[in-house]
Amino acid sequence: MDNYIKIEFKSKGVNESLARIVVAAFVSRLDPTLDELADIKTAVSEAVTNAIIHAYDDEEGVVYITCELNGKEVKVIVEDKGKGIEDVKQAMQPLFTTKPEEERSGMGFTVMETFMDTLEVISQKGKGTTVIMTKKIK
Amino acid sequence: MDIKMKRHFNTLVVTLKGELDAHYAGFVREKIDNEILNSKVKNLIFDFSRLEFMDSSGIGVIIGRYKSIKAVGGKVIIVKPNRQIKRIIDISGIQKLIPVNDNLDEAIKKLL
Repeated sequence: MDNYIKIEFKSKGVNESLARIVVAAFVSRLDPTLDELADIKTAVSEAVTNAIIHAYDDEEGVVYITCELNGKEVKVIVEDKGKGIEDVKQAMQPLFTTKPEEERSGMGFTVMETFMDTLEVISQKGKGTTVIMTKKIK
Repeated sequence: MDIKMKRHFNTLVVTLKGELDAHYAGFVREKIDNEILNSKVKNLIFDFSRLEFMDSSGIGVIIGRYKSIKAVGGKVIIVKPNRQIKRIIDISGIQKLIPVNDNLDEAIKKLL
């Protein structure tokens, strides 16, 4: 691995924009296009939103982000120690949401999948969720 | 996040500036819903010309307002989303229900 950063922050919505900006600034070293950078920012935003809104259910927790650069590949790992996802396969279905009353669109994982090259979701009920995404900068 | 709202006859133009994510979705939703209720407009235009970033939380905001506007027989138009926002809109499929226009004046005229 050429380089990495690790950040952790309180699961507060106001920190979502900070997470996007930090990852984007770090990835900028690979000289990505504006579109590639926008893709990564959007995917990070979705993963962090899931951690804050779903994993911790708006209660206090900590969100951990690791961003690794390896050659031209970016790997972003977003981790929480929240309630976990009971059925990951179901949660990843487009438009599936457990919070329709809050107008959640159920598109988070679909966006991550579309904007990044790979997406892996590891979750254990009561223990937390880890989202691992990679994208090659062209 | 900055939100400006202006009424053109029975159309409400909502101009958003900044970044629309889960943190601001509730605030934006409440502002628009209050305005729709108070000014009794029929149609809604989301002017995204000054919106720099939106994630899927924004799609929830758009669909929610679309449902209430449609219920009173009105129309919704999205104006000038940037490339990143356009991609989110495309993935969501909402452009099948809500037209995307490049010109605010044209969009307002369409709803007159």
